[in-house]
Amino acid sequence: MNNRLKVLRAERNWSQQDLAERLEVSRQSVNAVETGKYDPSLPLAFRIAAVFALPIEQIFSPDQKD
Amino acid sequence: MSKYKSPAMRRYLKRLAVLMAAYLLLLIVAVRTFRSGADIGLLAWPLAIAPALPIIGVFWAVMRLLVEEPDEFIRMLFVRQALIATGFCLTVMTVWEFLQNFDLVPSGTGGFGAAFFWFMGLGVGALYNKLTTGTSADCA
Repeated sequence: MNNRLKVLRAERNWSQQDLAERLEVSRQSVNAVETGKYDPSLPLAFRIAAVFALPIEQIFSPDQKD
Repeated sequence: MSKYKSPAMRRYLKRLAVLMAAYLLLLIVAVRTFRSGADIGLLAWPLAIAPALPIIGVFWAVMRLLVEEPDEFIRMLFVRQALIATGFCLTVMTVWEFLQNFDLVPSGTGGFGAAFFWFMGLGVGALYNKLTTGTSADCA
């Protein structure tokens, strides 16, 4: 799954730690999601969407092969 | 980079410290009593089992960590670490058992039982997590 977390963070001038604190998760989690090493659960994806005030599909998109 | 420690992880570390202290205490009492040659009758059974109880407690503490950790990515790392530890332990013990069956190694384990290899496996699991995800919020 692809995501725009890094771009969205940069637009808001947030570090990974800033986003992690807003999501109440570890910085490692944010990094793993952002780099595509870990696909978040649906509840976490909704929390991410809520933090950025965007619909999920504007943050996450399926890989071509998905 | 500061290492992530959730309240669940801090609880786990406290539990681990208490259990390890209990283990050392019970082990010293058991070893000294058996080495003294004192006739303790049926008390020998609970005394021999006593040092195993805190080790069983560590298994419980690890499983509670898997339940209590709120961060899903970190929890996934812990679960993977525990599964790798279990696979590692079963592999070593199975190979060792067959070597014993064919008298290629002496009977007994020289004090290194399944728990020892499971804890070693946690280390292997932490290493695997580090290599594959770049992080290891490990419970080893």
